[in-house]
Amino acid sequence: MPHRQGTPPAPDPEAGVRGMLVAYATRPGVPDEIWEAPGRIRPVWRPFLRHLAQQDPAALDRAFARGDQYLNDAGVFFRQYIPGAGGTERAWPLSHVPVILSEDDWAGIEAGLTQRADLLEAVCADLYGEGRLVRDGLLPPQIVARNPEWLRPLVGVRPRGGHYLHFLAFEIGRNPDGTWFVLGDRTQAPSGAGFALENRLATARVFADFYPGAGVARIAPFFDTFREALQALQAPSGGRVAILTPGQLNDTYFEHAWIARYLGFMLLEGEDLTVLGGQAHVRTVSGPRPVSVLWRRQDAAFCDPMELDPASALGTPGLVAAVRSGHLAVLNALGSGVLETRALLAFLPALAQSLTGAPLKMPNIATWWCGQGAERDWVLRNLGRVNLGDALTHRLPFDADAPMRPGDAPGMADRLQAGGDDLVAQERVILSTTPAFVDGALVPRPMTLRVFLCRRADGGWAVMPGGYARIGRSDDPAALAMQRGGSVADVWIAGQRAQAAAVRSPVQSPRAIVRMPAGLLPSRAADNLFWLGRYVERAEGTVRTVRAYHLRLAETGRAPSSLTGAIGDYLSGFGIDPEQSVPQALLRDLDSAAACASKVRDRFSVDGWAALTDLQRTAGDLAARVVPGDDCARAMGVLLRKIAGFAGLVHDYMYRFAGWRFLTIGRALESADRVAAQLAAFTADDTPEGGLDLCIELADSVMTHRRRYAGAATRETVIDLLALDPENPQGLAFHLSSLRAQAELLPRARSGTGGDGGAMPRLVAAAMRAETGLVTLAPEAVSVPVLLALRADMAAMSDVLSADYLG
Amino acid sequence: MLYDIRARFVAAYDPPAGSGRQSVRLTPATVPGVQRLVSGLVVFDPAPDERADHADFWGNAVIEGVWRRDHAEAVVTLAARVERLAAADPLDLSPPLPRLAAEVQRVRDLGPEAPHHFLGASARVGRSQPIADWAVRVARAAGPGATVLALVRRLGRALHGMMRFDPAATTVETAPEDAFLARQGVCQDYAHILIAGLRSVGVPAGYASGFLRTLPPPGAARLEGADAMHAWVRAWVGADMGWVEYDPTNDMLASEDHVLVAVGRDYADAAPTQGVLRLSGRQAVRHMVDVVPVG
Repeated sequence: MPHRQGTPPAPDPEAGVRGMLVAYATRPGVPDEIWEAPGRIRPVWRPFLRHLAQQDPAALDRAFARGDQYLNDAGVFFRQYIPGAGGTERAWPLSHVPVILSEDDWAGIEAGLTQRADLLEAVCADLYGEGRLVRDGLLPPQIVARNPEWLRPLVGVRPRGGHYLHFLAFEIGRNPDGTWFVLGDRTQAPSGAGFALENRLATARVFADFYPGAGVARIAPFFDTFREALQALQAPSGGRVAILTPGQLNDTYFEHAWIARYLGFMLLEGEDLTVLGGQAHVRTVSGPRPVSVLWRRQDAAFCDPMELDPASALGTPGLVAAVRSGHLAVLNALGSGVLETRALLAFLPALAQSLTGAPLKMPNIATWWCGQGAERDWVLRNLGRVNLGDALTHRLPFDADAPMRPGDAPGMADRLQAGGDDLVAQERVILSTTPAFVDGALVPRPMTLRVFLCRRADGGWAVMPGGYARIGRSDDPAALAMQRGGSVADVWIAGQRAQAAAVRSPVQSPRAIVRMPAGLLPSRAADNLFWLGRYVERAEGTVRTVRAYHLRLAETGRAPSSLTGAIGDYLSGFGIDPEQSVPQALLRDLDSAAACASKVRDRFSVDGWAALTDLQRTAGDLAARVVPGDDCARAMGVLLRKIAGFAGLVHDYMYRFAGWRFLTIGRALESADRVAAQLAAFTADDTPEGGLDLCIELADSVMTHRRRYAGAATRETVIDLLALDPENPQGLAFHLSSLRAQAELLPRARSGTGGDGGAMPRLVAAAMRAETGLVTLAPEAVSVPVLLALRADMAAMSDVLSADYLG
Repeated sequence: MLYDIRARFVAAYDPPAGSGRQSVRLTPATVPGVQRLVSGLVVFDPAPDERADHADFWGNAVIEGVWRRDHAEAVVTLAARVERLAAADPLDLSPPLPRLAAEVQRVRDLGPEAPHHFLGASARVGRSQPIADWAVRVARAAGPGATVLALVRRLGRALHGMMRFDPAATTVETAPEDAFLARQGVCQDYAHILIAGLRSVGVPAGYASGFLRTLPPPGAARLEGADAMHAWVRAWVGADMGWVEYDPTNDMLASEDHVLVAVGRDYADAAPTQGVLRLSGRQAVRHMVDVVPVG
């Protein structure tokens, strides 16, 4: 029979997928996100797997690199604790393959977690209100009474707005039968929502060819919903919304700064707040301003040393009083951390029946509190099926820092026999696996989802559709923790509804432009920006002087009477050791600059931060290898260009808000002081030969001087150009004028400190006196004593600025 | 007995403190059938910019002052008149120790009087093995039939016998275990040690702060601690008797001489003064107390 002519069969797209999954070895009895049943891929995964199977390895590597580059550019990091060595910033550990869930799966999760959020709200209201649950025997009293998170000063205090809980996260896992269960409730100050959006942005870049048409639900609207809800909570009498962070040493500070920038709310630390007349205020450069809504990202115990933990250095004295007075809404409510207690999981199923009249739609991990006789006996008979751990901890079952131990481990039975009040047992659970790309191949890794809920302005709950999964580093579920090398993946909720929504509104619906009033600048942020300006400028001065020193050292060597010697003495006078090629003092100033910037990351562009850390790193690298003389002079040139790059970013790109003015004043003040010091040191009568040229060189004004003055430099021409000429951007008059101009534009100084009744703020007056005092002088009158007096004026101005704006 | 009580706390700051916030628990309590506050006045000097009163979780009256300006010295004075009724030694209705746990368990309540608050570790009284060993030894020696009240007195007497009262030996910050191991301290240390001991054998125990009459009754020795604020112990000795107050510094049940001000789990809950100041320098606190019987 002749072979029929025709086109060859189209390549079977499923064949590529099957080939890719041949080596994807799931474990028997362990559910997997890809496989619905052996050999059957869940429909929601099929388009993505087909896409993945078509990529060649090199293209995939490039795609992953795109995602990592995005995270790097965006400056996404978390802080990792290393025992004995403190913390260090680590790149965000993104697992590039998303977890994909169907809309139907997700609808069940939403319903279960919304019910659970309402249940937790009711439990919280009872524990801080009526106390019916304990009275009716539904909760053992000691679980509450011995709980460090049950905060007695908050008992009987109703939250303004009526709700205790506003922003929650749930850690959930999938059962072998495909259903979901809750591993833990995060009600104190859940983190991760900001990272979820970064996961999404990075993953969408990795799969840039596929994502737009994949019908994935968007997660950004969730943040808009919460922003509106926070604004709706503001007191009728006014008072802003702010976010409270424990500061840049916290492991998720990046997220705090990120969320503050994204939502457009102030990011505050405890010391930024003061309580006056029962009302919380933020200390700003314009004086105290009321705050009526505080979204806290720190544990409650640290919030108020007066009524909570007296040892807390992070807190705001009187914050609880402000809550009690009804002026301030703190969310989640102070004390809501009690709901995270592990032992509570043993009682929530019954509490659901009692409080809502319905069973839990989504169960939580089976938990037994061993303080009850019957439960303890059951656990003793089933030690091989459970893990045991602290009853009152808020840690999740897999947390590395509070590990649970197998019930049949040595000694556990004895501990139970001795009394189980402080122990809970939890069933040993299996987590589903999901694909991760490891060494060029897909491998199954255990995972949990973190699902975020926020309370809408109308009081109901909104659920963030996906965004965050924790992925284990190995088969061991304990390896989920990021601190232990686990990673994080995006979660896509895909299906027809998201597809349809994307078609309905392909672009953002146009919104009326609302220009927000200029933001308030907290005094602490202003302080850090001011000192950032000073440190960077100080570093620049050092770099220029060190370069001049080493250029001459290369030519003449150091002799006491020579100019080189005089420069060395000048450097020593500022605590800079001229024997060190890259002086330690310079590295310290750059470290200080970076430290200041790290405290105001929410007000600072990602590029600016990158430029600063690059500068700091380069200086450190150079310090290890440059040698005195020409080599060092060249190294200083490198640093100078990097400093100029940073300064350019600040000058050209930063919006002229009050924070920029403080930074600029810091730079101007430091520069003016430096020029005055140089002129005083190197234009004196006893300065060695070449001092005048050195001044011109340090001010980068060699060509200008040649063009403006005929002949060699004299003391008069140097003073004229570097002290009096208002057009020379490296000159004293220029710095003083820019200082005065920015001081005039600052918000009014606080009353009682020179800003009363229309009088001129003290800083402006001082700046004006210094400027006019100088520019009206003839060059020959600008003597060394005059220059030294100017330096004293600078120091006084710095003090006035601190007292009037930063205190 | 009717008492006039004068107390004066002076905090000196060098250099002057900036803004600050201080709360005081100084006003004697009213306890029906035991003690009645006739009048009480707390005055701050310099006058605070704000002043607010509230009752804390334990029902203690708290007065809070807020200062916004520099001050080099802050003085708090109390002037109060209190009626304290004499109490006969109570009839011991408390159960033997082995039955106490069940009685605690039957209390389904988290109000301030509930025993559940007073069994676990608290801010200033954590678990201490040496104190627990000692308390268990004393409880064993008392035998399984001893009532809880008898045990409280026995443990208190044992403590009183082994400790030396020495105001120079400890500070307000001293941990109970350190005072216990050094065998010396003041009323606060005695109270914290006894609280830790009682809790470790399962007796709910808390802290009482108040005043002690200055002048001894005729023929009796002067009671130590009378020139300062005093502290003693509350123990929950079963459902029938509830709370009893015992003074380990003087080895006696609280009597007509004891005027109660504040209660809590330990000193941190009942501290007479507690404050947060923006301070750059040192702070020195001293206080003076007079308790004078009237008529």
